[in-house]
Amino acid sequence: MHTALLLEMVAEALADRAAMGPRAASVSYGELWARARAAAAELALRSDDNVVHIGLNSPAVPLAIFASGLLGRPFAPLNYRLPDEQLRRLLARTAPATAVVDDDMTARVAGVPGVEILPRSVFEASALAAAALDHDLPDVEPDIAVLLFTSGTTGEPKAAILRHRHLAAYVISTVEFADAEEGQASLVSVPPYHIAGVSAVLTGVYGGRRIVHLPVFTPEAWVDAAITEKITHAMVVPTMLSRILEVLEARGESLPHLHSLSYGGGRMPPSVIERALNRLPHVNFVNAYGLTETSSTISVLRPDDHRAARTSDDPAVRRRLGSVGRPLPGLELEIRGPEGEAVPRGGTGEVWVRGEQISGEYLGRKLIRDDGWFPTNDSGWLDEAGYLFIEGRLDDVIVRGGENISPGEIEDALRAHPAVADVAVLGAPDEEWGEQVVAVVVVRSSVEAEDLRAWVRERLRSTKVPTQVLFRAELPYNETGKLLRRVLKAQMQMVSARDRKDVVAS
Amino acid sequence: MELKPGSRWKSAVCTAEVVVVRAPAAPATLECGGAPMIAANAERPATAPEIAPAHAAGSLLGKRYADVESGLEALCAKPGAGSLSVDGRPMAAKDAKKLPSSD
Repeated sequence: MHTALLLEMVAEALADRAAMGPRAASVSYGELWARARAAAAELALRSDDNVVHIGLNSPAVPLAIFASGLLGRPFAPLNYRLPDEQLRRLLARTAPATAVVDDDMTARVAGVPGVEILPRSVFEASALAAAALDHDLPDVEPDIAVLLFTSGTTGEPKAAILRHRHLAAYVISTVEFADAEEGQASLVSVPPYHIAGVSAVLTGVYGGRRIVHLPVFTPEAWVDAAITEKITHAMVVPTMLSRILEVLEARGESLPHLHSLSYGGGRMPPSVIERALNRLPHVNFVNAYGLTETSSTISVLRPDDHRAARTSDDPAVRRRLGSVGRPLPGLELEIRGPEGEAVPRGGTGEVWVRGEQISGEYLGRKLIRDDGWFPTNDSGWLDEAGYLFIEGRLDDVIVRGGENISPGEIEDALRAHPAVADVAVLGAPDEEWGEQVVAVVVVRSSVEAEDLRAWVRERLRSTKVPTQVLFRAELPYNETGKLLRRVLKAQMQMVSARDRKDVVAS
Repeated sequence: MELKPGSRWKSAVCTAEVVVVRAPAAPATLECGGAPMIAANAERPATAPEIAPAHAAGSLLGKRYADVESGLEALCAKPGAGSLSVDGRPMAAKDAKKLPSSD
């Protein structure tokens, strides 16, 4: 099913409802549909294939998503924060293409063969100027809706393929059509080249909610927009939430209009979500777990689960605050061992999923199996009631003397220490144990490595106590707050190689 | 009729249009207002048949309709006066999903 049909339906049902932009100058759903068709007519004049987007969050994002969809052309949002050389190399891979580019970024990407640059101002004007134009759009059977380049901390980024049928299946199975109440508004602050930036547009539209784009995230701008725009719904990644809370606490602000706040895109430290629940008791919190390759969310921890976890006397219910909830209805999810065998309930293994929204495919490479099952490369386990706990990427699990150790649990323990500002736990090669546990710590105040080891020993099994504790001024993150473990690991290897050389030299 | 997922059909007797969300397990006929639906890009017959009284409850925009026996599921993309059926069996509107917003 065509994603543009989602907008067409809402434009028919709620033509006058505010769709996009600030309260004072919003565009209605009827108008957005007309603009998307006009923008598609503009793109149709160009005989190119992919529709690339390079720029900040703006109303041009939904316009480009629906206009390219109408033409059956893939929408490929790129990360404008990449260094020029990488950005141009990525752009070259999308040729032939028309690239809608923020005006002040056009010079950075000019002259890439096979790519025509369409400044955002021209693209947006075309949606207005040609609004009366109503010529027939090509009758295409759409296939690929979106190409999303994964962050690629090692090697070249992979282009994940999301087809119209995947995204439409996700939207219609998770959102009730035109169900939003008048006045509801979503704040989209994740970048447009992130799966959540794309899915927020599609689900927001299908529900009939007004969508407000924050051009670029800062916690102050997010809080200001949430207040001014009377935002009712928003999605943030964990690092964003932590920074938003600091602003709220400093200002004594409680965001009375905010109804629902979902979070995902990385592990949420328990201390942060507990602070959030205390600061915003009227807000419904939703933990959403999903991947680019699964068209966004596949599992949700609901508001009721959050409340139950806080008030229950049952430790099994309490610990669910650290889970990602239960799989969406209509999706199948299994935990499997290294040979693909089923793991008994409660056991840890790789998370596999199957369902209509699952793509599991990249340009030139397919990870989804012929029977529809997709291995996520995430390690996790299910509790008795079917709540899913994610332990991290399979590659990040530390194997020490045959025991699988999840870095997340040790990181959570260390993060609860008053002197610890941030921490990453990694495996390092060890001759005796295969791997040893290493903690890389950013401190708030001075603390001895031995004190931190003792802190972990009091809380977790002795095998989980870090053999080494290294101190750093900061940890490497990408711009959506994902810890770059491979970068950190590479830095550590360089350090240890130098150490070895020093030993030899002396 | 080949009721593939994503295929679009329109009513021969009213303004309704649907998209197939889930294909039937075996060949089946999708009807609206009692008459077989036609491909979305086909012309409606000049003399449209009347809506059968037993299939005149209407199709609502954005509703998902399902037939348990065949497994066929369709999303109403344009509303109409005729109601949907599969091989004469009325399709039932699926209940609202109670999922919290996660994007």
